[in-house]
Amino acid sequence: MTYQTMLSLLGQGFLTTLAIFLLTLLGSLPLGLGITFCRSSKFKPLQWLTKFYISIMRGTPLMLQLIVVFFCPNLLFGIVPPTNWRFIAVILAFVINYAAYFAEIYRGGIESIPVGQYEAAEVLGYSKTQTFCKIILPQMVKRVLPSVTNEVITLVKDTSLAYAIGMVEMFTRAKQIAVAPNSPGIVTLFVAGLFYYIFNFIVAWAMERIEKRLSYYE
Amino acid sequence: MNVLEMNNIKKSFNNHTLHVLQDISLNVAEGEVVAIIGPSGSGKSTLLRCATLLTEMDSGELLYLGDYAAKNDENGNSVYADKAALKKIRSHFGLVFQNFNLFPHYSVLKNLTDAQISVLGRSKEEAKQRAEVLLEKMGLADKGDAYPCQLSGGQQQRVAIARALAMDPKILFFDEPTSALDPELTGEILKVIRQLAEENMTMVIVTHEMAFARDVADRVIFMDGGVIVEQGDPQQVINHPQEERTRQFLSRFAQN
Repeated sequence: MTYQTMLSLLGQGFLTTLAIFLLTLLGSLPLGLGITFCRSSKFKPLQWLTKFYISIMRGTPLMLQLIVVFFCPNLLFGIVPPTNWRFIAVILAFVINYAAYFAEIYRGGIESIPVGQYEAAEVLGYSKTQTFCKIILPQMVKRVLPSVTNEVITLVKDTSLAYAIGMVEMFTRAKQIAVAPNSPGIVTLFVAGLFYYIFNFIVAWAMERIEKRLSYYE
Repeated sequence: MNVLEMNNIKKSFNNHTLHVLQDISLNVAEGEVVAIIGPSGSGKSTLLRCATLLTEMDSGELLYLGDYAAKNDENGNSVYADKAALKKIRSHFGLVFQNFNLFPHYSVLKNLTDAQISVLGRSKEEAKQRAEVLLEKMGLADKGDAYPCQLSGGQQQRVAIARALAMDPKILFFDEPTSALDPELTGEILKVIRQLAEENMTMVIVTHEMAFARDVADRVIFMDGGVIVEQGDPQQVINHPQEERTRQFLSRFAQN
């Protein structure tokens, strides 16, 4: 196997990695906000349920969660999975896991906004929704950005866990190539590592740009 | 008609063990400037927070321009008006906080225009015009594009006053407006409030600036332990207090 073939195979795997990454963010960033609301709900049962959900998501391995999401519908309920179930299960598991982390990050951000901001808005006559969307949310986003960056970088590497349910993303592909006869062997894994590193380098750079853009005050 | 009417306000915290306001009544007539003085923990700020609907009273009535914000039920507990009525009542008053509470992510101009647009429904141009007039008046005409963090404390407080005025309130409350400022910057805020008093703005000012209270207020109220101990003409209350407790409190300021 030539290096060129290896790179092209890794590149294909990378596209899957990229898809998992982007779809997870697309789902979990907004879902996290919804979970934060439930977590801070005045309706106690919803609050408890959300707390329990977050503790499960944070307290068990993501790899196990992947396996549960992938196999449970069929094993427990006898549901025949759709053809692209493997990919859907990966996205689903990643979204609900990362949303739990984002929810807690958001909660910290929201709680760090001084109560005076709410009071000033209330006296000026802003509604609750206006107060959140116009006053609290923009300040929260700025405050949580460094923590969100951390999670996003972790996600880039976590995508490799999808191999646990046989998803052929970049890392799975790299392992396959490495053990194939006449392949560049272990070098493949280093090249895959390089892919991850460059990917994260770009992610970190982009997040830094966003942080800079939001640093127009304070 | 009184702009503000508070009748027999009671408020306690910690499960009714800490009585912060014990049967306080306060009427403020149009154009009147009332200064509230008193030691920390006397209930001044709580009274202001009850008047501005930030804290719910346990008992008592609250009216703005004759409209009820809260009235007593048969058991003597305060019952608040519905959401729509309270929204209207909120448009009657403004509040200037001790620590400004400007919106840090908004420019000075946006701090002044946003509520006008999204609460009062004014057009962008109208809101901007009103804001610019007020910034000019506060001596901040060139600061419209600045962010609060780029301003001194005194400038920030003047923006906060302008933000409250932009909503055209009938009455303006000040909660220790100079307490977070250096003595040097206190003067510029007092000057602005003095100017508003000359323009017959109705105001209630909680303050520790005794000389200022005496000069600007039409009436001074001395509060202690959740009750109004003494009130009346500023010269009278501050220079010749009748009550022993008032004398004790004021003597501390005289010594300084």
